[in-house]
Amino acid sequence: MRSVLFVLTACAVIGLAFWAYRENYRTQQALNVTERLQRDIGASRARLAVLRAEWAYLNRPARLRDLADLNFDSLGLMPMAPEQFGRIDQVAYPLEEEELLPITDPIEVSNLGGRP
Amino acid sequence: MIRTPLRPLARVLEARAKGDNPDAIERENLRLRHEEMRDRARQRAEGRLLVLGVLFVCAFTMVGARMGLLAASEPSEPRASAAGADIQALRADIVDRQGRVLATNLETFSLYAQPHMMVDPEQAATELARIFPDLDREDLVRDFTGTRKFLWIKRRLSPEQKQAVHDIGDPGLLFGPRDMRLYPNGTLAAHVLGGAGFGREGVHAAEVIGVAGVEQTFDAQLRDPARAGEPLQLSLDLTIQAATEEVLLGGMRLLNAKGAAAVLMDVHTGEVISIASLPDFDPNDRPLPPTKGRPDDSPLFNRVVQGVYELGSTFKIFTIAQALEMGMVTPDTIINTKSPMTWGRHRISDFRNYGPELTVSEVIEKSSNVGTARIAVDIGAERQREFLGQLGLLETTTFEMVEARGGKPLLPPRWSELSTMTISYGHGLSATPLHLAAAYATMVNGGTKIEPTLMRQNGPQYGARVISEKTSEQLRRMLRLTVSQGTASFGDVPGYAVGGKTGSADKPRIDGRGYEKEKVLATFAAVFPSHDPKYVLIVTLDEAVETSGSEPRRTAGWTAVPVAAEVIRRVAPLLGLRPEIEPAELTGITLTSN
Repeated sequence: MRSVLFVLTACAVIGLAFWAYRENYRTQQALNVTERLQRDIGASRARLAVLRAEWAYLNRPARLRDLADLNFDSLGLMPMAPEQFGRIDQVAYPLEEEELLPITDPIEVSNLGGRP
Repeated sequence: MIRTPLRPLARVLEARAKGDNPDAIERENLRLRHEEMRDRARQRAEGRLLVLGVLFVCAFTMVGARMGLLAASEPSEPRASAAGADIQALRADIVDRQGRVLATNLETFSLYAQPHMMVDPEQAATELARIFPDLDREDLVRDFTGTRKFLWIKRRLSPEQKQAVHDIGDPGLLFGPRDMRLYPNGTLAAHVLGGAGFGREGVHAAEVIGVAGVEQTFDAQLRDPARAGEPLQLSLDLTIQAATEEVLLGGMRLLNAKGAAAVLMDVHTGEVISIASLPDFDPNDRPLPPTKGRPDDSPLFNRVVQGVYELGSTFKIFTIAQALEMGMVTPDTIINTKSPMTWGRHRISDFRNYGPELTVSEVIEKSSNVGTARIAVDIGAERQREFLGQLGLLETTTFEMVEARGGKPLLPPRWSELSTMTISYGHGLSATPLHLAAAYATMVNGGTKIEPTLMRQNGPQYGARVISEKTSEQLRRMLRLTVSQGTASFGDVPGYAVGGKTGSADKPRIDGRGYEKEKVLATFAAVFPSHDPKYVLIVTLDEAVETSGSEPRRTAGWTAVPVAAEVIRRVAPLLGLRPEIEPAELTGITLTSN
């Protein structure tokens, strides 16, 4: 009876040791993944900051103004002026689309050709 | 355990046979037993003490070792926590009211050298001098071959420059990461942003600190890592700021002005939407503060916040407001405006003679110094001072820029009756255009006090009441009349019902004796739309002159007013104000009965 107990205890110890060993390595693995993710997040954040700065730099009003002047021929952009405000009743209703003419010259259409 | 009997029969019998007392044997045995028990107890206690001592030594050794380890180890980030997302070491961005970036950070690299690690110092110096034309080869060679172990070469490198230095391939040339403050919009809102520089510097990082403007005012907040890079939102609007600066620069060039300033403010919230001072500078490359000359010659000088000027006739509205508020006059009261008016040794005269009498409304419309001075005399020095104090014209503003502390109004040393009269039309008391904007906002918004602010607000300020709703209404009508038929007739912008008051003040001479003849500070304080004011705009031109006529014209009506009108024409649509037909004044219907 006692020896059975000893064997069982020894088995339990071995089992627990194995479990602890595996958990330890899995934890380390998870930590490495976290670290890599955080490094990625940091790098992405830095890249985002640079992109945002670049976006702001490219959209600076002085540059946009110059671009609008340069491309005046194709865009025709002017500074916003009071005259450009319109009223909703100045907008014309869209014209009703012309109805399709009646079919006077019917063509036979069949979907038989599509079958295998 | 075998216990020794206390009275062993053999010895007792023996003792009795000898005639001894057998009790002695018992006592002796009892003594021996007690001694034995005592020895055992002591041994056990000593053993326990030893165990306890060992335990304590172990525990303290552990604590000590841990402390030593913590003190000696390199700090490292916690690996397993997700807290990293909430803490950012970067300086926070500054954004405008719509979230567009005004200031942000850029990662760059600094270049430093460790000469003792260099392979070929001469070659490295030659190459560096080629990459950076501002470096001198001889100096570099001297530094590299001397006894120095470390020197900074460049604070900031562009990526191309970094690559070029990399290509030299000398192991003694090293790079350290640097966060650089970047103002992507260049000179836009330069005075507000101020600029940033490096504080304490190390090889791996450098502290970025604000040196002026909001960067300095909110330095602690911008650097606080616990705010996780939450941007600082200002009340400025990038587009409107750009439009204002563009028009102002054009106006300044056309009119040959030395400097120009403009501030646009919401009359209900006190938010400053745009604030411009010309000439300006690039905060990415902030110039050094001037060491000689007048401070306002430097582009660093902020005319709106720091410039303390006598703002001329724009002050008249305050006198009239007080008189209306006190019930002394109504807009139709007739005032004696016989020019010149003599007061002791002094004479007060108008720009031109407007006849012997004007109504109060016409005094503002035509900008009569004499009329205003007469009303001011009736008000009295004490009450005038109190009223201007309520408007905040006697103290520095609470504006969130470090420079605002420099804009303290200059008051007359003794507030005499003559001072009262001159202050009533804006001479003898100097204030900044920002003071004027806040005071005008207070005048037209229904009469409650406004404090200018650069922070985005969520709703109107409910300040202390300074004038009544009715007075505010009357003032708005007078300001509108000034533009529609008075001195500021160039200020009319169709659809926006601009109201305003001009002010042309001769500049005081530098030596402090009297005034310059041909140098005028022209100011226009505009309010739009005047039937329901939303914004106040102050435009100030320094020494502007209009030369299209036969003789040069320097009054604000010819200089500041057209510029302000153009600013309003450009800016009002951007503010989302739709041009509308001004509600006409109703024909007065008098109730009569018979």
